[in-house]
Amino acid sequence: MTLESASAPPGRTGEPLLDVRGVSKRFGAVTAVDDVTFSIRAGERHALLGENGAGKSTVVKMIYGSLQPTAGGFAWRGEPVSIASPAAARAMGVGMVHQHFSVFEALTVAENVALALPREPMAALARRIREVSASYGLAIDPERSMHALSVGEKQRVEIIRCLLQQPKLLIMDEPTSVLTPQEAEALFVVLRRLSDEGCAVLYISHRLEEVRALCSAATILRRGSVVARCDPREMTARALAEAMIGAGVGAVERTPAPAPGPVRLALRGLTLPASDPFGMALRDVSLEARGGEVLAVAGVAGEGQSELFAALSGEARSAASMVEIDGRPAGALGPTARRLLGAAFAPEERNGHAAVGEMRLSENLALSHHAVAGLARGGALGRLLGGWIDWRAARAWSARVREAFDVRGGGEDPQARSLSGGNLQKFVIGREILREPGVLVVNQPTWGVDAGAAAAIRTALVRLARAGAAVVVVSQDLDEIFEIADRIAVMRRGALAPAAPTAEMTAERLGVLMGGADAAEAAA
Amino acid sequence: MIALEARPEASRALALASPALAIVLTLLASAALIAALGRDPLSALHVYFVSPFLDGYSRAEILVKATPLALMGAGLAISFRANVWNIGAAGQYTLGALAAGAVALAAPEARSALWLAPYLAAGVAGGMLWAAAPALLRTRFGANEILVSLMLTYVAGLLLDWLVRGPWRSPLSFGFPQSRDFAEAFVLPVILDGTRLHVGAPAALLIAAALALLMARTLRGFSVRVIGASPRAGAFAGFGESGTVWFALLLSGGLAGLAGAIEVGAVIGKIQPDIGASAGFTAIIVAFLGRLNPLGAVLGALVLAVSVIGGENAQILLKLPKNVTGVFQGMLLFFLLACDVLIRWRVVWRRKGAA
Repeated sequence: MTLESASAPPGRTGEPLLDVRGVSKRFGAVTAVDDVTFSIRAGERHALLGENGAGKSTVVKMIYGSLQPTAGGFAWRGEPVSIASPAAARAMGVGMVHQHFSVFEALTVAENVALALPREPMAALARRIREVSASYGLAIDPERSMHALSVGEKQRVEIIRCLLQQPKLLIMDEPTSVLTPQEAEALFVVLRRLSDEGCAVLYISHRLEEVRALCSAATILRRGSVVARCDPREMTARALAEAMIGAGVGAVERTPAPAPGPVRLALRGLTLPASDPFGMALRDVSLEARGGEVLAVAGVAGEGQSELFAALSGEARSAASMVEIDGRPAGALGPTARRLLGAAFAPEERNGHAAVGEMRLSENLALSHHAVAGLARGGALGRLLGGWIDWRAARAWSARVREAFDVRGGGEDPQARSLSGGNLQKFVIGREILREPGVLVVNQPTWGVDAGAAAAIRTALVRLARAGAAVVVVSQDLDEIFEIADRIAVMRRGALAPAAPTAEMTAERLGVLMGGADAAEAAA
Repeated sequence: MIALEARPEASRALALASPALAIVLTLLASAALIAALGRDPLSALHVYFVSPFLDGYSRAEILVKATPLALMGAGLAISFRANVWNIGAAGQYTLGALAAGAVALAAPEARSALWLAPYLAAGVAGGMLWAAAPALLRTRFGANEILVSLMLTYVAGLLLDWLVRGPWRSPLSFGFPQSRDFAEAFVLPVILDGTRLHVGAPAALLIAAALALLMARTLRGFSVRVIGASPRAGAFAGFGESGTVWFALLLSGGLAGLAGAIEVGAVIGKIQPDIGASAGFTAIIVAFLGRLNPLGAVLGALVLAVSVIGGENAQILLKLPKNVTGVFQGMLLFFLLACDVLIRWRVVWRRKGAA
């Protein structure tokens, strides 16, 4: 790496390295990326900014060859190229450090690196790893077992693996999402050093402060299109947040918040340790959702929202008093018992969590309704068998959901997987709303859903709240939050800031709260 | 270049056609194998797959052989559906036979048919006990049930060996390792004169039908299907995963124990070193051949039973080694799993170099 890059043009204003020329990517009817054009120069630290779902990952996957564009193309050092596969991208000089890297836990560092490189003697490779590691201050022992490393150390291995391939362009996908602040600082030192040596860095993030500190150019995506190109160092966090979120967000008309009803869902100092290494511990989360209101939990991905949802749905248990549904302690109860208390839940992931793809819609209805809709009857069989399921009633329920929420898809009772994402999402949300629950918790209700379906879902959520239910919407989509929320609480690092009325929240303040500036300072 | 491409939706037609295709491929490969052994493949296949149907006694024997396979296959089908991989039905079968045998040997004078109740119950309990070990180790410590259940099979085999050579050896056996004959009360009634066909055969069919109903119509069956398809969706539905692991292992273990008790009671009449426990492994093929459906497992059991009887005939008529039958069964599972790939994927031809 060092020898190669020493001969490469130094400085940040090198010649164009990669041109992204009018690239589009459609998945079925959904356009994830629409006519995106930008250019990365040799040695430049270039940020790709945008909210979740803005299309950042899709763009990056096309650059790394794991997705093919529907239209448009790339040029590498001015020459048009097609990037057929990640191997082709690597051969061209593109390296990528993924957000969640896949490593073989049982192998050593050197063995893991060897798997990605052309065959060479282990001893020579270990020596090269030590050289790169020493040269960049990425302390790592090639003989150590992967499973003994911290997440930050594993990321170092990924970076070293890329560096050994002598990249001209290094893509970092949300690298600091798994790092402590100290580890992040150390990473920035490495990235600055790399770009000084002529290696361009494409830095994917939605953390504005990091981008302002690190990058000299930024391309901002919103809903799949480029909305701004700028030098983030010359922009305020407010301007960046507005560009990401879109102007006029606060101008969306909302139905006026109703008079506060009774507290229907309460979290009291909810604290839960992380269940897996990439998980987030919940720290002293308190929240009161009242009947009649839509309360949004905002935040960037992976700040503890999934863990919060699991603790609310009963998939994760806590102390009984930490969760209250209509005044009754529910923290120790499972999902079925919480549903019987009047709560309903709709998880983020449609396939494999909210629904089982290979099962029919009537079966998927039974998933969350087997107890509350009286579908399983006849105690004579005893607890062992749980009673007979009334499939006719399940089909009737399912048909009502499909009618009320305009769920389109083939046949009388199709498999869930045969529905489009938007239709399945309408089904899994509609399934819960039609029950008229007292408390509804939804995670990312319109993720990856077309505009028409999203509007229908949002309308239904507000209507349910106005009918007296407490509706908690966990979302990373700020448009959605401003459109339907009466109050907003921001989740960050497993903690929840106190909820504030939407009228008192500006896009800027929310963006800053979510993006990582000191929460206390921003709230002041 | 041949490549596999995911189908948008799993092919239902191929899910049903896959076992037939696998059987055809197995026959072709078997014919090649027999030709390589220097025998005429056509006459050998005739002996294997046609001769068992030629007389009434053989036809009844097919049902006799199919009975333990169907019982175990139906239980394993449910266990596999739950994503619980009980590979130790052979050990659970052995324990069922031993527990039931303990009852039978403790009552050498038994005459009443009522004795069958504690006898069969002991068989079920023995199988459940052996399956409880992997269930406990998986739910408490995350131990892999495949390894635990498989290894316990060898423990069960050694336990059987010790009992028939030691404490249970009959004083009248001239030193042969076998127990006394069971009393009359423990021999399951024969339902077709002149054959060994016993009440266990219709009982197995009834049990398989009941299990199919359980899977399709009860909340327990539904929860097994959901957790097997997606543990996360199961957790969202409020179905406990460890409860399902226990259910799957106790059910399949109990049925394997019952199969063992029925087999030593109805067919063997005593405990001896070979009580046909290897059927526990054959039952894995039965479950897959039956598309992990309890009633399908009955059909699978019949197919495998034909090959077992045919194998015995081939040993006598063609002097083919007994192991050839095992090779057949292995090939059948191999082709079946290979054909199952076609359910979710389709084969396409691509020019080399295209992405």
